Amino acid sequence: MITTLQPIFARHQGQAGSLLPILHDIQHELGYVPEEAVPLVAQELNLSRAEVHGVITYYSHFRRTPPGKHVVQVCCAEACQANGSEALAAHAAKRAQKGDVTIEPVYCLGLCSIGPNIQIDESELHAQVTQKKFDALMDELGDAK
Amino acid sequence: MSVTLYIPGDAAARALGADKVAAAIAATAQQQGIKINIVRNGSRGLFWLEPLVEVATAQGRIAYGPVTVADVPKLFSADFLHGGKHALCLGDIATHPYLAKQQRVSLRRVGIVDPRSLAEYLAHGGGKGLAAARKLKSAAIVQQVTDSGLRGRGGAAFPTGIKWKTVLDTASDQKYIVCNADEGDSGTFSDRMLMEGDPYCLIEGMAIAGLAVGATRGYIYVRSEYPHAITALESALANAGDWLGDFRIEVRKGAGSYVCGEETAMLESIEGKRGIVRSKPPLPAVSGLFGQPTVINNVITFASVPDILAQGAAFYSELGVGRSRGTLPFQLAGNIKFGGLVEVPFGSTLRELLYDYGGGSRSGRPLRAVQVGGPLGAYLPESQFDTVLDYEAFSAIGAALGHGGIVAFDDTVDMAKQARYAMQFCANESCGKCTPCRIGSTRGVEVIDRIRAGHKEQIPLLRSLCDTMTHGSMCAMGGMTPYPVLSALEHFGEDFE
Ligand SMILES: Cc1cc2nc3c(=O)[nH]c(=O)nc-3n(C[C@H](O)[C@H](O)[C@H](O)COP(=O)(O)O)c2cc1C
Ligand code: SF4
Ligand code: FES
Repeated sequence: MITTLQPIFARHQGQAGSLLPILHDIQHELGYVPEEAVPLVAQELNLSRAEVHGVITYYSHFRRTPPGKHVVQVCCAEACQANGSEALAAHAAKRAQKGDVTIEPVYCLGLCSIGPNIQIDESELHAQVTQKKFDALMDELGDAK
Repeated sequence: MSVTLYIPGDAAARALGADKVAAAIAATAQQQGIKINIVRNGSRGLFWLEPLVEVATAQGRIAYGPVTVADVPKLFSADFLHGGKHALCLGDIATHPYLAKQQRVSLRRVGIVDPRSLAEYLAHGGGKGLAAARKLKSAAIVQQVTDSGLRGRGGAAFPTGIKWKTVLDTASDQKYIVCNADEGDSGTFSDRMLMEGDPYCLIEGMAIAGLAVGATRGYIYVRSEYPHAITALESALANAGDWLGDFRIEVRKGAGSYVCGEETAMLESIEGKRGIVRSKPPLPAVSGLFGQPTVINNVITFASVPDILAQGAAFYSELGVGRSRGTLPFQLAGNIKFGGLVEVPFGSTLRELLYDYGGGSRSGRPLRAVQVGGPLGAYLPESQFDTVLDYEAFSAIGAALGHGGIVAFDDTVDMAKQARYAMQFCANESCGKCTPCRIGSTRGVEVIDRIRAGHKEQIPLLRSLCDTMTHGSMCAMGGMTPYPVLSALEHFGEDFE
């Protein structure tokens, strides 16, 4: 763990309020923020473990367990609801039971005229996602376990 | 001479396949030995036409859209590189009625310039505001902003000049400029479009704010849901050279918390803490980031400033109605046929936006309800569609314009369910500091569930709960959640029976 964290700590040396940037880097590296990282981050920033833990749990973006091979965020906010996101989210959850994919709700991706929308692995966006299109995207990803 | 093409790199265009279209066009051109230059511009905000491919010709920028990969070979055979005829051809995009009717000010360069190029930004009129500000005393910059009548575009509509004056008048060795790019409201994307399509405009606005109040450090807090905006800002900053002088900006990434859009929760978050709302006073303008005087403004607020300095306050204050001066980039979202960005001066009506621009619902069914101003905004029925779009007219009907998001729903919507969602959203996102919001929202969900199960006698209880939240909450999270709930109950009471 410490070998993963050291270069991250080095990058944020001297940065004011660096806790969130550090947690983002850890999650970027590992896919989540492991429990073992908490005391190390706390020590580095001269904070209590409780403070670091408090921040990790406060923000829904931070995961405390490893995600599946891919993370698929399904927008569940109002503008996507108006275009049928609820049915899509239910469909996605069902499909994910069979595969190695983590489905997460997200509250707006800023594409609200062309919903329902999803984002794969925090980079790839897809608009006007029907259930059929969703399945095709998952096939393409190779979501099977 | 190589032909220049514009294919948006905007997140919405990419979500509709712009990257693949760009790759297919590049590959075909190479096969045919044609030299082309592809610029990944921002989006014009006509999303039903994305991916929108524009070709620079002597007759203007001839557009084709929506283009799919399958259309590419036929576009080449139609000689689209010289503006050739094709079923997808829209002609000179600048004359498209959706754009020609608008009055783009804050977002006037979005979709036009290469967002990564400072040189192009400067060539399209950027930089003049900063140059003008450098010749003025701080107080004179603040005065220009005050005279323009600009009010904050993040939602609360507080006069920007007054806020800046407080920071200017508070002595301190270190002051900060913080840009609120959390854009948490569903139905809004103007901040995102500006950051992706014209990032230098925001950066310039922040640098001017720095000169106005005497601050040399800036932060842009961008929500984690906007990775493309973060990349665009970082590359713009990396390419800024010494344009900003000693003003330095750091981009910070949020972490999925809606309430971190509230300015003091945002400051806590930048400081590395949980995003808990601070009690006021002290105002952030007096004691903000790291305890120092801090200007906090929305992306569009900052982006409006360069032109105010370059063209003078009057240019801006002449637009608009009443106390709502200038333009607001409205965002047409949800179940709408022609969704997109509509920047117009204050004073038009919801109906004009929904029908003249939006073309009614995407589903083809009648529009039944429209939520304006994000998750804390009211649901308006058809009978209120003629309300004038300005801050005061909206507050007069118990609604709010907020950040200008307009989310349309057709007649299949269940408004009791939407009311429940509003309470649930508040329960999920509450920072937990005050009881009416933290506990009230959870009770609100339960009460609505009972009403929906047939217990009509619980409706007065819901009203009184909303009353407690409105008057007992510390910030607008708990304080305005009653807007969507009560407006749903008021105008769509039949859905609660
Ligand atoms: C719960 C909550 C969420 C908010 N979210 C945002 C937001 O996403 N973006 C924003 O600019 N302002 C948001 N605000 C408003 C800010 O607190 C603040 O008024 C604004 O950033 C000031 O900038 P302005 O004067 O330029 O609008 C939010 C307020 C509350 C109470
Ligand atoms: S109203 Fe809600 S979000 Fe705002 S301070 Fe109170 S508990 Fe926090
Ligand atoms: S509501 Fe889904 S992208 Fe905005």
